Amino acid sequence: MPFIVNTDRDREEMLRSIGAASFDDLITDIPEEIRLKKALDLFPALSEPEVMKLLEGLASANRSTAGYVSFLGGGAYDHFIPSAIKSIVSRSEFYTAYTPYQAEVSQGTLQAIYEYQSMMCRLYGMDVANASMYDGATALAEAVLMAMNITGREHVVIAGRLNPFTESVLKTYLEASGHGAIVQNSLDNGTGSVDGLRMLVGERTAAVVVQQPNFYGCLENVEAAGAAAGECGALFIVSADPVSLGMLEAPGNYGADIAVGEGQPLGSRQNFGGPYLGIFTVRQAHVRKIPGRLVGMTRDRDGNDGFILTLQTREQHIRREKATSNICTNQALCALQAAVYLSLLGKQGIREVAGQSAVKAHYLADRIAALPGYALKFTAPFFREFVVETPLPASEVVGAMLDKGIFAGYDLSAVGESGLLVAVTEKRTRAELDQFVALLGEL
Amino acid sequence: MSIPEDLRYTKDHEWIKLLEDGSTALVGITGFAQSELGDIVFVEVKPAGTKLKAHEIFGTVEAVKTVADLFAPVAGEIIEANGALDAAEIVNQDPYGEGWLVKMKIDDPSSVSELLDAAAYRELTGE
Repeated sequence: MPFIVNTDRDREEMLRSIGAASFDDLITDIPEEIRLKKALDLFPALSEPEVMKLLEGLASANRSTAGYVSFLGGGAYDHFIPSAIKSIVSRSEFYTAYTPYQAEVSQGTLQAIYEYQSMMCRLYGMDVANASMYDGATALAEAVLMAMNITGREHVVIAGRLNPFTESVLKTYLEASGHGAIVQNSLDNGTGSVDGLRMLVGERTAAVVVQQPNFYGCLENVEAAGAAAGECGALFIVSADPVSLGMLEAPGNYGADIAVGEGQPLGSRQNFGGPYLGIFTVRQAHVRKIPGRLVGMTRDRDGNDGFILTLQTREQHIRREKATSNICTNQALCALQAAVYLSLLGKQGIREVAGQSAVKAHYLADRIAALPGYALKFTAPFFREFVVETPLPASEVVGAMLDKGIFAGYDLSAVGESGLLVAVTEKRTRAELDQFVALLGEL
Repeated sequence: MSIPEDLRYTKDHEWIKLLEDGSTALVGITGFAQSELGDIVFVEVKPAGTKLKAHEIFGTVEAVKTVADLFAPVAGEIIEANGALDAAEIVNQDPYGEGWLVKMKIDDPSSVSELLDAAAYRELTGE
């Protein structure tokens, strides 16, 4: 994309044409005291070779999963990404397409999104999936707003241990909307207390939210959470890791009204935290209240199958301020990555990814727990992630392992708790796991 | 476009028909309104028991490419929503009959006669 300059002469011409004396005339609305009164503090201009050298130098300071053995999780996971994904999403027909304003012209884009939606419905066991949202956190926040809208109630009960970053996004959404209150259930052994939950729900509860597996990797009692929601007429919202669904029950099979998830593990790199993929699925009964775009299949006047953006009357370009959400975009490329990923793996493949991750995680957890001074913080069942109490502060463990080429995990002191959150994917080899255990033992 | 003589109308293109008991009425959208909206795919109205002021929104009617609010012609209370609206195309097919939207109990029956009559509504829509 070229840098489009406008010269002093261009500017004079434009100002003359609109009848303004100077550029400053155009910004009189901006208070004098907050205007920058000096030149921008930028690098001096560099030649192209100098720029390349500078940027390559900066880039080489990155430490990535390409050169390190990663046990980092907490919402973003180092699963294997087949090369075919990059090859397919790198086609310019896909990566240059913005959600088009005459959407039906782009049948290929719509079909890809339709396939993605169909796969998410099957994976989550739900009736309808939208074309995706920004990430798992915004998907959950939108689900909560939707539940408040449907029930006309204000309380959101968090049944167990939600990812704290997801929770902060939810808080931001609720603050901005000016209503809604978060009620946190008490925790017992790393998961939500079933008795505690029963006391928290009631006639003001809009939704019961549960994350499965939860932030600590532990499995929550989702049936109890669903029952608590059902008893008080609240919606049951489940945030489920998509890879875990290769092994665990689909949210639709235990009564979720809305099931969301972070789609990054399905073929997207960790990318410093984004772009990610917000999975959003609902039951048919709520289809008119869902946020975001929705691709449907139809038949044209000649009897050919075709794809359309459907139920657009929920969206802000038609319903204006009464739209179900102010989001009417989606993560088309990340959704495509997820669709290609699941197509390549198939039903057996996703089961195998989930199964290998779980088996390896349990192998590692057993070995670490057997080391002197180490222990699992919780005894609740887990999937591919667990919390370890370490003899040294977790931050020191992370620092020491970094020197050995290992991302040891997520230091929970960052969220004010003790322990090291360790995630294991199918990518980890027996040798890597054994080496990690040996190095931890030497600390 | 037909504009029945025995109904009263609003500038927002609703009609209201006072029933024989003198205090309840049926409310719908006009033939002109359904024709302007095009194929109606969904109608959502507030449930029975909802109290409404005149001009208050009591629901929405949704066509393929647009959506419109429904305004109460007069003050009153919704006592019944038309169960036939699950098949929303009934509003296109029979806007003044089977496609009625809600039955209301009217606070002040005389308020109905203050609305547009058929002639005035015909003038409004240029029919």
